[in-house]
Amino acid sequence: MFADMKTNRQVTVRFEEVSFSYGTQPVLTNVNFHIHHGEFIALVGPNGSGKTTILKLLLNLEKPHSGKITIFEGISSASRDKIGYVPQHSDYDSAFPITVLEVVRMGRLKSLSRKFSTDDEKQVHTAMELCEISDLAHRSYSALSGGQRRRVMVARALASSPLLLILDEPYANMDSESETRLYNTLESLKGNTTVIIVTHDPAFVSSLTDRVLCVGEHTGPGPARTVVLHRTEPSADTPYTLYGGKAARIRHSEKLNATSCCDGEVKK
Amino acid sequence: MSGFIETLLDPSIPFLRNAIIAGLLSSVLFGLLGAIVTVQRISGLAGAISHAVLGGIGMALFLSSTGIVSWITPVTGAMIFAIIAAAIIGVISLRSKQREDTVINAIWAVGMSMGILFMAKTPGYTDPMSYLFGNILLITDRDLMLLAILDAVAIFCAWRFYPQIEAAAFDREFARSRGVNTDAVFIVILAVTAVAVVLLQTFVGIVMVIAMLTLPAGTAGYMARNLASMMWIGFAFSTFFTISGICTSWPLDLPAGATVVVFAGAVFLIAATVKAVAGKFLRLRNASVHNNSHRKKL
Repeated sequence: MFADMKTNRQVTVRFEEVSFSYGTQPVLTNVNFHIHHGEFIALVGPNGSGKTTILKLLLNLEKPHSGKITIFEGISSASRDKIGYVPQHSDYDSAFPITVLEVVRMGRLKSLSRKFSTDDEKQVHTAMELCEISDLAHRSYSALSGGQRRRVMVARALASSPLLLILDEPYANMDSESETRLYNTLESLKGNTTVIIVTHDPAFVSSLTDRVLCVGEHTGPGPARTVVLHRTEPSADTPYTLYGGKAARIRHSEKLNATSCCDGEVKK
Repeated sequence: MSGFIETLLDPSIPFLRNAIIAGLLSSVLFGLLGAIVTVQRISGLAGAISHAVLGGIGMALFLSSTGIVSWITPVTGAMIFAIIAAAIIGVISLRSKQREDTVINAIWAVGMSMGILFMAKTPGYTDPMSYLFGNILLITDRDLMLLAILDAVAIFCAWRFYPQIEAAAFDREFARSRGVNTDAVFIVILAVTAVAVVLLQTFVGIVMVIAMLTLPAGTAGYMARNLASMMWIGFAFSTFFTISGICTSWPLDLPAGATVVVFAGAVFLIAATVKAVAGKFLRLRNASVHNNSHRKKL
């Protein structure tokens, strides 16, 4: 169901000199990075550093004050509805009457259409199978555990057959069984779908991670932050179940050039 | 009761029949719009609009009776205030979240106070209670036609944009990421609510409008599986409350609107209590099953 393109030089996301402010409060400044198709990227940084703002910019929920953001560069068949998004969903209304199937179907939602095609239904069921929630299809969403709800959110994002999957702190409040299931789901996507996963853990990320985008470095006297790139290294001293699978350590001491993935240049 | 049936079937006495038809037509709006207002969590906004229209009614009564603007009717005044209230609430809700509650409460209180002030200065006697609780027995054929048209518009909008309405209410940010204009959805809901409030308050009164926009949908929310079933169940409850309220109030010579609201409130409280008790019972039973299985393992 997902894109059959393997990791290649096509660029899924490109930020060029992007700056953003909430009113008069600068948040991001001079952000430069690009992500190739099929890469697995971790976006890390402390709370309030601007990680969610980067996601909102990617999702077109906010506009940059300066700079340019390009999505699916050179992939002519791709449009913004090929972005799958898993929000934190902390303000969920527990009294909302809705079934799991209806939530996942939202992944095929279009801006004005009221119809869901046979293909839409097929993708919805495939996504539910991938996330192992088919047996929950007709259950009330509010009756699920926190981990099950998180898997439903992932299925909703996968239902759009995404070329780019964005997950905002998916492991928050998740039980270990759901973590393992999510790890397996993401592992099956690796290489075919570009994945950006947000986490606030400054030390470790999932071993599936290719590169780390670290939000937090101040480039000037103001509060605005920029993004630097790091690589990861295998870690033997972390619990195996930290992210439902092996974990990797972020090498904060090693800062990668924004174009290092293309030319291999590394700054020490 | 036989007197009630005889009056209902008497072709020369249309008002009771019209009241029953108005109850059915109003129930469509109460079920459909009530479910949307409830899941969007904007019943406070609907409450503010419905109470602010009293200011418009008072203004219209004052202007027409003093001859300043002789053509203005209470419905026109109510519509003007409803649109102003909806516009202010809409702008504040979309632009400045932090002051939303203050503005809603201000519109609610200031609108009502203006209505009372205007009525106090209106020549002759004007009873604010008649606008707060209305009189469903005074409905005309023209009113029924307007209600039917608003029902048709609301049903079409809810049918045509059901997935977008559901997604915007469930997860606004996700809906926006899928290209849904959630601000437009919100404004349309607010506008239809404002128009519905104006029309309905002239039949059933301001208090009954806000009660019936929230209580049947709230009761339906305890048993509905999804938004569509919440609308249907809300419609069924609203019909039941309205018809039973009219049937009960008639022989007992009680105000019909207030009787309907008391019925709706009582059933809502019963449903809430049953849900709470059942939920506690289920949690205790699940805990007992879990403990037993844990002991067996040991």
